[in-house]
Amino acid sequence: MSTVGRDVTRGPSASEERVDAIMAGSGIALGADPRATESVNPTGHNARGTLVSSIVGPLAFLVLFILLWEYFHRDGMRRFFDKPGFLLPSLATVFDQGFLDSVVRQQYITGIAWTTFAAVIGLSISIVVGIALAVVMAQARWMERSMYPYLVAAQALPVLAIVPLINSVFGGGMGARIFVCVMISIFPIVTNTLFGLTSVDTSMHELFTLRGVGRWTRLTKLQFPAALPSIFVGFRIAAGLSVIGAIVGEQFFRSGQKPGIGVVAELFRQKSRFPQLYGALIVAVLLGITVFFFFGVLRKLVIGRWYDDPT
Amino acid sequence: MADESANALPTTGEPMTDILTDESRPTPALQFRGVSMTFPDGTHALGETSFDVHPGEFVTVVGPSGCGKSTLLRIASGLTHPSTGWVTVERAGIGYVFQDATLLPWRTVMGNVELLAELEGLSKDETRRRAQENIDLVGLAGHENKYPRQMSGGMKMRASLARSLVLDPQVFLFDEPFGAVDEITRERLNDEVISLFMRKRFAGLFITHSISEAVFLSTRILVMSARPGRIIGEFHVPFEYPRVPDLRFEPAFGELSGEISHALRGAHA
Repeated sequence: MSTVGRDVTRGPSASEERVDAIMAGSGIALGADPRATESVNPTGHNARGTLVSSIVGPLAFLVLFILLWEYFHRDGMRRFFDKPGFLLPSLATVFDQGFLDSVVRQQYITGIAWTTFAAVIGLSISIVVGIALAVVMAQARWMERSMYPYLVAAQALPVLAIVPLINSVFGGGMGARIFVCVMISIFPIVTNTLFGLTSVDTSMHELFTLRGVGRWTRLTKLQFPAALPSIFVGFRIAAGLSVIGAIVGEQFFRSGQKPGIGVVAELFRQKSRFPQLYGALIVAVLLGITVFFFFGVLRKLVIGRWYDDPT
Repeated sequence: MADESANALPTTGEPMTDILTDESRPTPALQFRGVSMTFPDGTHALGETSFDVHPGEFVTVVGPSGCGKSTLLRIASGLTHPSTGWVTVERAGIGYVFQDATLLPWRTVMGNVELLAELEGLSKDETRRRAQENIDLVGLAGHENKYPRQMSGGMKMRASLARSLVLDPQVFLFDEPFGAVDEITRERLNDEVISLFMRKRFAGLFITHSISEAVFLSTRILVMSARPGRIIGEFHVPFEYPRVPDLRFEPAFGELSGEISHALRGAHA
């Protein structure tokens, strides 16, 4: 390897740096890099690696995706499924009849606004209640054992089965949608937060034990910050689920004239307006991606300085 | 825990009186009396052990792996209760250096060094002043705002040392602190410990399985047998402080190391 015979008094030369970067990029673990003992560079990506991973790669996949879509529209649907191509309209048509049509566009905008509203409120409730539950469960093993089954049950319960129940408690509108959203998205927040709070390094706990600190100090100065990386994993999963929850919820609870994007899509499906239907789906997907990335950025801002993102 | 004598564990003060009358030496900073440890699973980790560490003494315990050396420190600090026997020590005045640096990854060097003073409820200014002083002392000035992930193993250990210094402990417990760093870094950290010891004159209890580290640092060395660990040898180290790195190559140093090594081989038998 390039490190053999390296002059320790000078820094690594440009060529050596490049070799390391290429090897790192190809997934080969560098065994005993002598620099690892004295200088640590956690953000060891070079500019080219970043460019490929953040722009070129995703762009190539986007092109591939569009090409595949067009192929299925023109030929694949008939060839593989013996179905007509209009069931999967060309993206150009989707764009033209969906996004460029001002009436349809307005429906998309209102739809996504209502869905976002339900998802954001639902997710916020999930975050607050979920973290609170996890903190309570982290206090004692018996509390965790007692509460966990109900959480799993809530997660496993099909929404469809309790539609009448939700309807009678929360009404047939926005309140019920938010409830569904919370029901679907709270589980990963509780589990990930609980995991983070309870898997703090033993020596770190002992460090606090030696100073005889109370529960609250231990929670706020040790467990909670240590759990932040896991908590953000939970947020990310829950964010996607909250969008799903909002869309599922609005299918069942439509009163109040607040049609979400899922209902908009459903109405187009009923009228067999497929381009408009796919447009609505694309809008829904974009919302999911947006919340996912929002939490990615938030995580970077909050813990990026000290935590190396393994993903 | 069922043993009656375990209940007498944290009684600082009363057993000390007979020590004072028994001996003309000053009060030990740390006393072990008949301390033994059997874990709930039946492992007899530590046989009956008694010894003192006086202020200004640096005692190192060497012994084979699993002989209960670390258990001694855990008992001294109150993290574990002994099965029998008791320990006297001023718990509030203990500094504990863990095997790993155990830095909180979300805190900078400054934040980590401040931690214990902060937990103790010292004022912000006082906390900052003490942290800065000890960061300077261990040679980490200029690295105050680094996070642990940006630091080498040696730097992390220095930060860990600085952290334990912040409350100005009278008793310093070191649990094999430099086991994970390379030889060169370890020697540098040993120099650091020597200079801290000369400055602060605490009572030191150091655990290691490196004989040369033990001889280099200590005023006295206790050799422990294999499990259940008992003290089977005691060596006084005659070298003057400050000890310079070249001391390791003095004939007397090698001779003493040889004797200890011999005692340790007996410990395995």
